[in-house]
Amino acid sequence: MSTREFFRKVIGIDPEQCAPTYRSTYPGQQKTLDISHNVILYLEDITVSFDGFKALNKLTLAIDAGELRCIIGPNGAGKTTMMDVITGKTRPDSGSAFFGQSIDLTRLTEPEIAHAGIGRKFQKPTIFEQHSVFQNLELAMKTDKRVCRSLCARLANEERDAVADTLRQIRLGGEAGRPAGLLSHGQKQWLEIGMLLVQQPKLLLLDEPVAGMTDDETMRTAELFVSLAGKHSLVVVEHDMAFIKELGGKVSVLHEGSVLAEGDLDSVQNDQRVIEVYLGR
Amino acid sequence: MHKPITLRVINALDRKSALALAVFLALTLFAVPLLHLMVPPESAWHVSAYAITLFGKIMCYAVVAVAMDLIWGYGGILSLGHGLFFALGGYAFGMYLMRQIGRDGSYQSDLPDFMVFLDWKELPWYWSGSDSLWWVAALVVVIPALIAFVFGYFAFRSRIKGVYFSIITQALTYAAMLLFFRNETGFGGNNGFTDFKRILGYSITSPYTRLVLFGLSALMLAATLIFARALVRSKYGRVLTAIRDAESRVMFIGYNPLWYKLFVWTLSAVLCAIAGALYVPQVGIINPSEMSTANSIEIAIWVAVGGRGTLIGPVIGAFVVNLAKSWFTVSFPEYWLFFLGLLFILVTLLLPHGLLGLWKKLRQSRGVRA
Repeated sequence: MSTREFFRKVIGIDPEQCAPTYRSTYPGQQKTLDISHNVILYLEDITVSFDGFKALNKLTLAIDAGELRCIIGPNGAGKTTMMDVITGKTRPDSGSAFFGQSIDLTRLTEPEIAHAGIGRKFQKPTIFEQHSVFQNLELAMKTDKRVCRSLCARLANEERDAVADTLRQIRLGGEAGRPAGLLSHGQKQWLEIGMLLVQQPKLLLLDEPVAGMTDDETMRTAELFVSLAGKHSLVVVEHDMAFIKELGGKVSVLHEGSVLAEGDLDSVQNDQRVIEVYLGR
Repeated sequence: MHKPITLRVINALDRKSALALAVFLALTLFAVPLLHLMVPPESAWHVSAYAITLFGKIMCYAVVAVAMDLIWGYGGILSLGHGLFFALGGYAFGMYLMRQIGRDGSYQSDLPDFMVFLDWKELPWYWSGSDSLWWVAALVVVIPALIAFVFGYFAFRSRIKGVYFSIITQALTYAAMLLFFRNETGFGGNNGFTDFKRILGYSITSPYTRLVLFGLSALMLAATLIFARALVRSKYGRVLTAIRDAESRVMFIGYNPLWYKLFVWTLSAVLCAIAGALYVPQVGIINPSEMSTANSIEIAIWVAVGGRGTLIGPVIGAFVVNLAKSWFTVSFPEYWLFFLGLLFILVTLLLPHGLLGLWKKLRQSRGVRA
């Protein structure tokens, strides 16, 4: 009996499930993203259950290259779990998740997926509070992220410029030297978005990016996202309908772990089933 | 584009630190030897052999404290088993010291006394080469590094963190202690190694040997500090503290924390081992009690008292706690552990940033008033 079998049978825990292993090589790095069918992300029949509760239930979702997609749904609909599956934090019980045509996300670890070109913003702003705003961006910047490189890494001038550009873009130019922990909540959200941008991902997953922002900041975020669409693909999870209206993309409604309705905001808002489970309440 | 590493290390020092380092080296490499050898023992300026051994020992501890701080203060990994690596370095070097005794042991045998006592006829295979200083020096580095690497690889790969990691390291050093207590293990059982006579043919009790070991400890401490400083100021250091503060974010921007943790963990173990190798000839004994869990916890206390996440803090902590210890264990031996426990509770409750944090706070409040 292998160790894994022993744990699974005798203790009832599958070690691979509790502790997905890090891997040293990055298969995702070698494979280039293939979007020849114009689909950048393809989730098919994904099921994830926690203690019998199905967080995702045969979820099928396809995101086109360059698309800006909004995901809405009541709490517990599986929005964050879906992001966890795409970024490798949670392994699906069944189903497949492909990035482009050829990169199987269910076989990669979190850093590998990041290198393949998927960036993620968490629901709660997650930044390095002890580091300065500049250093936060420096660490996120797309580069060789192995230990041997980091030991003697120096910022090249172009990289410095890229950080400065991003700082302007996220309106934190004046805060570059401040510890990130001192920023306001909205600024932290922007910084995390900035960290995604310098990472130059093909696909951005944004979990409630405007939570805690002022109306003004929210509208500026919408502008930024709209300007990013086309070059990047974006998946935005939000509750703020005004913000979603501003983004203007296709909307998918998640309910009990699968897609309930899909279409533009107006058609979704008038869908009887959607009104029942979500909007009507 | 790439400057040589030595130049970069020197550049990493600002003037104040460079000055402090120069004073430290001048004191330990010139002033202390002169005061020990030239000034007669009656004079108040004489530095006694006791003081040299004591400070030499504490400097080794300070290296361990800095090594601990690298993983705990900067990496957020609390090891409660670092005494193991210290002791392994000590044992490896102790093998050489045992061989240097030659036929001068109580049994006048080529074998170390404890082997004769066990009625062993020849050296076990893992003792071969132990009469060569270079071979042993390699063992001091390689064995702890290998153990740390393998242990760390599996622990970090399985994403064992926080208190679980601490408990496992504690179990590791405890298991090693039980192993080394056994006579059959071939490292002298519960007596360990002692009664050393020579090192490189020089008498181990001669004042010159003592001063050389003292000086080497000082150089090791200085080198550790300079190196650690360059490390924590590099991008690597920033990634390490980022892992400490928000590991999932680090993963999602494409760093693999496994190798970052494993590097600093192994490095820390090697620093401890070298400190252990310098420690053993100065105190003249190594036995399995160095691997006891209490010893490893004490290392964490030095760092906490001095102030973790700073480099000079742990050095101060190691000095303060150990000087207090050497005074306490002479004056009130039975109260030392109570004092140590009390100290740890007080520091945790009142001084979360240690003595260095207190000092910074005092300076700040004075600056505000002035």
